[in-house]
Amino acid sequence: MLPLKEFSKALGVSLWFVFLTFPLMVVKVDPIERIIRYRWDNCAYVAVVTFTAYLLMKFYNLRKMRVGETKKEVKESKNIIHSILNNKKQMVVLCSIVLVIAAVFPQIFSSYQTNVMTTALMYVVLGLGLNIVVGMAGLLDLGFVAFYAVGAYSYALLNLHFGLGFWAVLPIGGGIAAIFGILLGFPVLRLRGDYLAIVTLGFGEIIRLILENWGEFSQGPSGISNIPRPGFFGMDLSLASSITYIYYLMVIGVIITIFVVNRLQDSRLGRAWIALREDEVACQAMGIDKRKTKLVAFSLGAFWAGIIGVVFAAKTTFINPASFTFLESAIILSIVVLGGMGSIIGVIIGALILILMPEYLRALSEYRMLAFGGILVAMMVFRPQGMIANVRRTYRFEKKE
Amino acid sequence: MDYFIELLFSGLTRGSIYALIALGYTMVYGIIGLINFAHGEIYMIGAFTAFIVATVLSIYGFPLLAIIIIAAVAATVWASAYGYTIEKIAYKPLRQAPRLSPLISAIGMSIFLQNYVLLAQTSDFLPFPELIPDFEFMEPVAHIVGSSDLVILITTTVVMLILTYIIKFTRVGKAMRATAQDRTMAMLVGINVNKIISATFIIGSALAAIGGLLIASHIGQINFYIGFIAGIKAFTAAVLGGIGSIPGAVLGSLVLGLTESFATGYISSDYEDVFAFSLLVLILIFKPSGLLGKSETQKV
Repeated sequence: MLPLKEFSKALGVSLWFVFLTFPLMVVKVDPIERIIRYRWDNCAYVAVVTFTAYLLMKFYNLRKMRVGETKKEVKESKNIIHSILNNKKQMVVLCSIVLVIAAVFPQIFSSYQTNVMTTALMYVVLGLGLNIVVGMAGLLDLGFVAFYAVGAYSYALLNLHFGLGFWAVLPIGGGIAAIFGILLGFPVLRLRGDYLAIVTLGFGEIIRLILENWGEFSQGPSGISNIPRPGFFGMDLSLASSITYIYYLMVIGVIITIFVVNRLQDSRLGRAWIALREDEVACQAMGIDKRKTKLVAFSLGAFWAGIIGVVFAAKTTFINPASFTFLESAIILSIVVLGGMGSIIGVIIGALILILMPEYLRALSEYRMLAFGGILVAMMVFRPQGMIANVRRTYRFEKKE
Repeated sequence: MDYFIELLFSGLTRGSIYALIALGYTMVYGIIGLINFAHGEIYMIGAFTAFIVATVLSIYGFPLLAIIIIAAVAATVWASAYGYTIEKIAYKPLRQAPRLSPLISAIGMSIFLQNYVLLAQTSDFLPFPELIPDFEFMEPVAHIVGSSDLVILITTTVVMLILTYIIKFTRVGKAMRATAQDRTMAMLVGINVNKIISATFIIGSALAAIGGLLIASHIGQINFYIGFIAGIKAFTAAVLGGIGSIPGAVLGSLVLGLTESFATGYISSDYEDVFAFSLLVLILIFKPSGLLGKSETQKV
């Protein structure tokens, strides 16, 4: 139980927040009509929310301390997910269940639901791509959406000017994005983490602003429409069946991505990334080429973003620069952070939660970005390792009988 | 020639506003080594508070001078309160965490505050009441230099002088410099480091709020999104001058303001933000320590 002192503290905190939010939450002015509205009820909401939030936080801290005392318990309940991941048999069962659900999904649900699911799967791949850069290599990239835009625009433009099809552009779009990744990577190689974040953010904005203002090249803010959907061996598909088709493409895309990322993680390169993330100087001392390793991380992450960009352009058949704002980068980053940096299964679950939840809880969609911001802060403060923490590969010493 | 002088003054005005925001970045970075991504949002909240207070007072029919003073005080008080609270919630628990964590937390805070203002107020552009009247003695040069340019330049200079005094001569300022040099050592000589960090956030936020008030009445409209671009540009200015260095932040801001002003005046206004970002990328490539910053060597 919480001591009484905490309650009076919580009262103080909630009063402070009422003061803090007073001008913005309570007063609303209309400067043209010259009307002032006072929304006093908001005062009460703020007070109640902060009061309970403070108590919950204290309660959480208290419990954490108690759990810390009995550490044994923690180890035993150390995540069901990890035990499944480590157990091959259970893993196979789980995977096949997920695969079956994925396969029959478009047959059971409407094409609207399928479309939503396709979007979620696209974000899974984007998240996994960013996970290479942020989670494994520890390079905070805030301009990830730029590569996504490069992929989308390369499909739209190559199709417009040269009539290239979806399948031809898919690798080209990824390749162009990867080249952009290297272009960005070169100058920022020497920078420390936080500078890197700002430069990538600036880079993302530059790309968007160029797309918006260079009308002759990108058709400006009005965007490019009538982008063809992917063809199926030369057949023309109806709208409903092409939605299903793109859905299956994305399912395959996700499987390939998971496979590749999983293999990368345990490869020489993946271990070099993790070493680089942990300590750059020590890593170089061990003979790892910092320049090459970082560049590969950038270009691989960008490659995935580019490919998904192509898919995005083909799926929506219309793109304009407004789809590629900083908020998009922030959403992808939230996915990686929420799921757990470096953890593949975490990123998948994170993407599904963050993309599907606002779709189905329409009432909450207004608060979507507010929640994303809050999630980033709360995850960093309470659970920096994410929902499902990445477990390092360790050798277990087992006694032979 | 008139055009040149006009651009020069508009560049200086921009630059001094950037300087007010950039100082907050540089001071926080100097003390805890964190890029306070939410600083642009503090500036936006300062401008919004000033907007609300000024509009309410003008509806109730207060005289202009009273409106200016009360709005300025309210903006600084609330912005500082936000700065203080943000530090306590989002950064203080992460003091010992790896470098990336507080930065991500700051980005989250920035997104949160933007959307908080969007939901609590509106997404429309709001007309900011005209607080600075056109002075009569400025009439002959009014086509080159506006009255608000003059007010901004004078106010920023005064604010900078006050800040210099605080940092150079007061106890808090000395403690701040000590903490920036070596936090552990500062603790050992009896400085309450937590209080000093809070003070840094409060002073930085107050400066940003003054900047927000000035720019909002200069441009004449505000929106929940103004903090994002202004924040990045001010950060660019801080990096340009050498982050962590206070004179560097002012110098960098003026350079950035003039560059933007001349580039948009003589080249093209479509790419205004591209110039700023390209400048940032170029500095970081060729002189990551900035104009006045010291280059730090990484020790093992």
